[in-house]
Amino acid sequence: MSLIVDTSKCKGCEECLASCPFDAIVMKEGKAIINEYCQVCMACVGACPEGAITEVEREAPKSADIDAHKGVWIFAEQRSGKVASVAYELLGMGRKLADALNTELSAVLFGATGSAAKELIRWGADKVYKSDDPIFEKFNDEPHAQLLTSLIREHKPEIVLAGATPLGRSFLPRVAARLRTGLTADCTGLAIDDNTRNLLQVRPAFGGNIMATILCPNNRPQMATVRPRVMKRGKYDEGRNGEVIPVKSEGLSSRTKVIETVKEVSDFTINLQDAEIIVSGGRGLGDPQGFKLIGELAGLLGGAVGSSRAAVDAGWIPYRHQVGQTGKTVCPKIYLACGISGAVQHLVGMQSSDIIIAINKNPEAPIFNVATYGIVGDLYEIVPLLIKKIKGIKGIA
Amino acid sequence: MNIVVCMKQVPDTAEVKINPETGTLIREGVPSIINPFDMHAIEAGIQIKEKVGGKMTVITMGPPQAEAALRDGIAMGADDALLLSDRAFAGSDTWATSYTLSKAIEKLSADIIICGKQAIDGDTAQVGPETAEFLNIPHISYVRKIEDVSENSIRVQRMMDEGYDVVESAFPVLLTVVKELNEPRLPSLKGKMVAKKAVIRKWALSDITADENNLGLKGSPTQVKNIFTPEARSGRRMLEGTPEEQVDALIRELRGIKCL
Repeated sequence: MSLIVDTSKCKGCEECLASCPFDAIVMKEGKAIINEYCQVCMACVGACPEGAITEVEREAPKSADIDAHKGVWIFAEQRSGKVASVAYELLGMGRKLADALNTELSAVLFGATGSAAKELIRWGADKVYKSDDPIFEKFNDEPHAQLLTSLIREHKPEIVLAGATPLGRSFLPRVAARLRTGLTADCTGLAIDDNTRNLLQVRPAFGGNIMATILCPNNRPQMATVRPRVMKRGKYDEGRNGEVIPVKSEGLSSRTKVIETVKEVSDFTINLQDAEIIVSGGRGLGDPQGFKLIGELAGLLGGAVGSSRAAVDAGWIPYRHQVGQTGKTVCPKIYLACGISGAVQHLVGMQSSDIIIAINKNPEAPIFNVATYGIVGDLYEIVPLLIKKIKGIKGIA
Repeated sequence: MNIVVCMKQVPDTAEVKINPETGTLIREGVPSIINPFDMHAIEAGIQIKEKVGGKMTVITMGPPQAEAALRDGIAMGADDALLLSDRAFAGSDTWATSYTLSKAIEKLSADIIICGKQAIDGDTAQVGPETAEFLNIPHISYVRKIEDVSENSIRVQRMMDEGYDVVESAFPVLLTVVKELNEPRLPSLKGKMVAKKAVIRKWALSDITADENNLGLKGSPTQVKNIFTPEARSGRRMLEGTPEEQVDALIRELRGIKCL
């Protein structure tokens, strides 16, 4: 798909110029021309009073190879031998896609131990391709990319999904580059187009301001990374049978070397992007001690601790807790914002959370515009009270 | 040491608004900025140059007006700037962008290539690693600290979910960097003067050796099918009363939806 200007309709009013977020429209001889920086965001289509800007489908030959690709694959990421939670979510979604396509669901597992492969089958996989090569004990991009690429070339799946985690988002691009196929980052929705059997990949863009549906119609496999905690797990079936296929891993090599893996001891250990509940603090905390209170509430709820950029910049909490445009994008079930005013840069990182609770002194704070529940008040009054009452409910003295 | 820093001019997404009637982006008054992560990439490049010596080139693929971003890179301390611009690059997705960038970087024979973790308009974080693959060199993502850099190799901290990895690589290597890495410097007055007068090199398709089938819209495996606005959040409830009443109301709501 691309956009063109019908020069017979264009009156040269220049309305479209200002509408383009990419500065992709220029005037030439009194007519608008869309240049190479067009990202097909469609902003100009509505802006043109003459209706002179239209979409054109691009014609690209379908690769003859497309029909040879069958099956849905998920990459089951593991950390220290333990399969990451997102892998089970991918199996839940993968099962639906595979059923819609009437095909098999397979998982790919590198460097896992024990019963991990069997667990993947119980969560919905028909097959598990498994490598125990010791090279996978530490994460290096190249061997991951090498082996996944060669497995895809050999078995030709039509869809390959991985978690949009630091690991998945780092090595999957190398696989897509090698296979000359599309990779859609950080998807929040996936479905099959019944007519074409294409994968419809929905993802946020422009910091969550808009959503885009992405297609990869002419190349296979269709690849996507999927945001953790968005897809639901399927049904766990202890008696489910499947096939575990050991794969050969010859000739793998890595030019990067992991010298050391350091787990950072933090008062708040739960990973932000995996958390179902996030309690976040901002400038309104007033000082670094405020995070003790935030941490206590988060701990009580079994959640993670987040923060606004202001609190990170003030040095109250490490950067990896930062939510927002230059931090992490999160979408927990509950996001509790304490003393966060809600600058747009923060909102774009958390506004897709299921439930947002905002506690702020200022009734005009923009955080209330996205809140499900708003409390205007002093967080140092509200939060301790909340902690006390939750403890009461949970029977903790 | 040949250092190449990739940068991108992006609309400040925090300023982007949606027209609720048409569901399209409102561009008016939205400034173009250097992708914030790229500022940290530039700073990292300058620091490496200061330590081991060498030459630093900033490169961008973008419209003619992206030249302004390159000048800012020179003002901060880059020695050279290269603008990749051609109609043939139109509508590139991450695959085609990475392919095109790699074809230009190939000619620069870089020892180290530094990119921001991701650009804030697309947030894909894919162009860095894909470019490394096209160049057939290793890459290290989410670099949050450079522990050591010498003439031949580099040792960095890579941010992971629950901590970090210390990772080492020989050159050439591509790094993608996070904000925590450094504090980008402000351009000096002298730097600004140099940037004003600098001649920005411009490369078009004819200046690189590339397969035209891999460029622009035609070379892009992914297509945007449609764009829509996320469902607006609705049904906000302000919880009124004394702090005690507010907290009780919140707990009732949370229990009602079985979150407590």
